[in-house]
Amino acid sequence: MCLGIPGKIIEINGEMARVDVAGAVKEANISLMHSVKAGEFVIIHAGFAIERVDEVKAQETLSLIKEITG
Amino acid sequence: MKENKTILLAHGSGGSYSRRLVEEVFAKAFSNPLLAPLNDQAVFTLPAKKLAFTTDSYVVNPIFFPGGDIGKLSVCGTINDLAVGGAEPVYLSASFIIEEGLSMEELLRIVLSMAKTAKEAGVSIVTGDTKVVERGKGDKVFINTAGIGVLNIDQELTPANIRPGDVVIVSGTMGDHGIAILTHREGIQMESPVESDCAALHTLTNAMLAAAPSGIKAMRDPTRGGLATVLNEFAASAGCSISIREDDIPVREAVKGACEILGFDPLYLANEGKLIAVVEAGSVEAVLKAMRSHPLGKDAAVIGVAEEGHKGKVLLETSIGNRRILDMLSGEQLPRIC
Amino acid sequence: MKYIDEFRRREEAQGLLRKIREISKKEVSIMEICGTHTHSISKYGIREGLPPNIKLISGPGCPVCVTSAADVNRIIDFSRSRRDVIIATFGDMMKVPGSVSSLQEEKANGADIRVVYSPLGAIDIAKKNPEREVVLFAVGFETTVPTVAATILAAKKEGFRNLSVLSLHKLTPPAMKALMDSGEIHIDGFICPGHVTAVIGARAYSFLATDYGAPCVVAGFEPIDAIMGIYMLVRQLEEGRKDIEIEYNRVVTWEGNQLAQEVINNVFEPSDSLWRGIGNIPGSGLWIREELSEFDAMKRFSIPPGADAEPKGCRCGEVLKGLITPDACTLFAKACNPEFPIGPCMVSSEGTCAAFYKYRKVA
Repeated sequence: MCLGIPGKIIEINGEMARVDVAGAVKEANISLMHSVKAGEFVIIHAGFAIERVDEVKAQETLSLIKEITG
Repeated sequence: MKENKTILLAHGSGGSYSRRLVEEVFAKAFSNPLLAPLNDQAVFTLPAKKLAFTTDSYVVNPIFFPGGDIGKLSVCGTINDLAVGGAEPVYLSASFIIEEGLSMEELLRIVLSMAKTAKEAGVSIVTGDTKVVERGKGDKVFINTAGIGVLNIDQELTPANIRPGDVVIVSGTMGDHGIAILTHREGIQMESPVESDCAALHTLTNAMLAAAPSGIKAMRDPTRGGLATVLNEFAASAGCSISIREDDIPVREAVKGACEILGFDPLYLANEGKLIAVVEAGSVEAVLKAMRSHPLGKDAAVIGVAEEGHKGKVLLETSIGNRRILDMLSGEQLPRIC
Repeated sequence: MKYIDEFRRREEAQGLLRKIREISKKEVSIMEICGTHTHSISKYGIREGLPPNIKLISGPGCPVCVTSAADVNRIIDFSRSRRDVIIATFGDMMKVPGSVSSLQEEKANGADIRVVYSPLGAIDIAKKNPEREVVLFAVGFETTVPTVAATILAAKKEGFRNLSVLSLHKLTPPAMKALMDSGEIHIDGFICPGHVTAVIGARAYSFLATDYGAPCVVAGFEPIDAIMGIYMLVRQLEEGRKDIEIEYNRVVTWEGNQLAQEVINNVFEPSDSLWRGIGNIPGSGLWIREELSEFDAMKRFSIPPGADAEPKGCRCGEVLKGLITPDACTLFAKACNPEFPIGPCMVSSEGTCAAFYKYRKVA
């Protein structure tokens, strides 16, 4: 139910932002997010940013997985 | 007589408007001795070899896209259908069904693009036709091209000759054309356009065949339906299975990104300047070398192998290591949110 | 691709599957609610890496699949009767078969139906066609709901008078509650949808642990996320814990996206909703609030429900409730396949049957 993709915000213009998903740049509406900044990663769904991606937590998850799998 | 800015129904009705359009636009651009008489047919002799003959119609929307246009596509597509059969393309026909109201400027752009592409490819457009339909009854312009080529090889290139152990090679990145079109259409705008890979492949196929005259079993260009569909066709004709590794298939990062956003699979997207070849194991090195030395094959890669068993199926080893079946495309891929 | 490639690595995926096989002793039934999870699990062949004592059930998480036959026929009938209206729809709805036709067929017959990737596409269409009415068929769960809500608010702000929305939205937690209440299937724990939860917050599932003793793990959609989610849930079940855990913590929080929740509440209010195969679930749908009724296509056009006939022989309802796997249905892969789908579970790219068919394992 949730095709959402992480992308990096490269530019903000009012309610819209240009987001880079692995080189494909798309416009997304950021009105569902409190204060996003250029350089942050967000999840894009249906043309909207719906939440940010926390870099630290991402690394923690990957480290945890590495630990579990030995 | 005053110059027309748009195509009128009169341009297709065979009278003076038609004549002027043919002379001033088509004949002028395609300019060659076989076309010049502007007869109902082009007459020529060809060497006494096997001939190849193909036809395709082009209805792409939008008619201009990053990396090409419907005209370039119509020339390359037909050349490629000849090339993957091992034929040297020689002559093309070009028929146009134009919607009333198409601007002369756009038509000229398309025709000049066809002329340029044909010239660079060393083929001539020697005969053609023009019809005009009422506004609303066409989609700007439809083009049909038919092509004749001369076979330079003795063996038949056909997937029925594929045997277990034969190796599957792609000439480059998958999905470029499909994404270029999809992202250019209304409603799905991308700011860094992926360009179509539209290109004529006959010099590449010539180089491949020269490197391994009897080592190539079959070739096909993965247009509509993409790589997955061609491999399924191959497997079905060959009566064996084809096993490929997802990680080995070259895909541009930007195409991957666009596919992720839209929910598309690059393995099902159209390519207009790529080919898939199935090659005898012993000839792989020579063929790859020839491909990678050619500008249209620099990203050529081995992606899999034909195998015994699982007759007619295409098996994909996913990026995490488990295997699954890769089906043919069923219906259209549509952008999904879920 | 950042945050994608790292979660698709073979070594970690196989390592986690090995770990699951190591620790898993009990016979357990785990339901993954979300169609995108069904898709991912099938696409990467994850089921095949799990031990036989873990039963993975696909739940009703495909918005197209759970839309009732009445609603499917409703939208198809509307497209037939109002050819003057431009209909904007997400791609998935195009091929869903109703009793008589589908949106794809109606488009071929002359209805002006346009696929949009974002609800904002409907505003674009309304802008470019000021003399025509535009209706957005809005399906989707809580991931999509705020995007449609924001679109309605934007349409209001910019003064569009020719755009309205037919809300067929559905909510996730009420469906999970209804499944547990129905007692028809035994579910030991849930893999919860990552992006829905990014919006509603993991706290939305606490009632499952406290009232029903069912542990939950909120997981992302990359293969490693899905496998890690299953691992975390299996670990809870082996240890006898009943917690709400978040695997997808790089995106999901306990409270969720509160601004998005606010936007939803400003535009929609909960309503009853008919779910295919389950029936009516109170508070599981969304209606557009009275004060925004000019944007409610239901009111603007008084669109009646269509016939509620299930296609004959179709067992989508049971598939959706996780009672049977697709291959138990006699129509599966024979009369019913992606090219000639009978029920929505085969038509939607997220449908359990479509995912099963497309990614069926190598024999």
